[in-house]
Amino acid sequence: MISLNVNQKNYQVDVSPDMPLLWVIRDTLGLTGTKYGCGVAQCGACVVHLNGEAVRSCITKVSRAEGKKILTIEGLSENNNHPLQKAWQEIDVPQCGYCHSGQLMSAAVLLRENPNPTDQDIDDAMAGNICRCGTYLRIRKAIHLAAEMQQKG
Amino acid sequence: MKQHSQNNTKKILPLKSIAIMLVMLFTVAAVTLAFKEKNDVALYNHAPANINKDSIESVKAFMQVYKVLMSPRCMNCHPSGDVPLQGDDSHLHTMLPKRGKEGKGVYAMKCTNCHQPENTAGVHMPPGDPNWHLPPADMKMVFQGRKPHQLAKQLIDPKQNGNKNKQQLIAHADDVLVLAAWNPGEGRTLPPMSHAGFKKAWITWLEKGAYAPKK
Repeated sequence: MISLNVNQKNYQVDVSPDMPLLWVIRDTLGLTGTKYGCGVAQCGACVVHLNGEAVRSCITKVSRAEGKKILTIEGLSENNNHPLQKAWQEIDVPQCGYCHSGQLMSAAVLLRENPNPTDQDIDDAMAGNICRCGTYLRIRKAIHLAAEMQQKG
Repeated sequence: MKQHSQNNTKKILPLKSIAIMLVMLFTVAAVTLAFKEKNDVALYNHAPANINKDSIESVKAFMQVYKVLMSPRCMNCHPSGDVPLQGDDSHLHTMLPKRGKEGKGVYAMKCTNCHQPENTAGVHMPPGDPNWHLPPADMKMVFQGRKPHQLAKQLIDPKQNGNKNKQQLIAHADDVLVLAAWNPGEGRTLPPMSHAGFKKAWITWLEKGAYAPKK
């Protein structure tokens, strides 16, 4: 049995230690907000926070997550009211939406570490999150808006 | 009298010549010694008097070291820019992750977000190590583009090598990230010699005086 803390809840899961964290999150715990994209750490759809860092859960073994705090898109805020989620809604960022839980989780790390990012900071932070619909400009705009919201409280 | 005087001059002239030649010889010897001493200490000021120095053997060993350091497995994480290199052709790392202040990436693009504590199984999957990183921004330790002379000088300069002295440099041959070059994961070539061969050449280069090749 492996002990996990996901979105501030403790779980005991009976899985192989080398199972990808993404499988455990989606298939064992039923938290399907995190998406499977490429499976080789190239697209960013599967990003979750592991002790606050935006790891790619598709290639992260569940054993690496034991004893650490995992945060998925379901736990980013209590009522979908994280500044990024509000900005995403206001600007209507997604098209198909498949990549956006990963986009939001990556952007959340950026805003935590840099509350007032420039376009370059955003590009540097988000370069590993691919959007096949090409919503990049709206993503950038929404991150700027979320930064403003965050600063206003 | 005239003849007698000429004979005297003939006797004196060789003595003068010998004296001048001796002075010149001493001068040349002194200058040579001064330069030699300067060369010997240039690389390791703190090294104890070493009777084992051998510039030819040292440089020969360094050229083996150089081939390893310039291979993709070493050079890819010692880029001239702030984006690591990738693959056997040393192209810019896809996604263009940035070095960051500590060499560990930035924001959501930190090295260990993808690079796991161990190699991920599969061809061209991210290689891993618990401490995967680039050199920090304030000491980039660039290999890419360095000529043998430049790299040798850089490697033994504590201001450019991570503040390492000779013993620390020798120990660095067994650093986990250095060793990772010989366990690169599927789909990547190995450095051009074994780790044992590299370590031997590395230590020989340092122990024989850490001489830099001329070019």
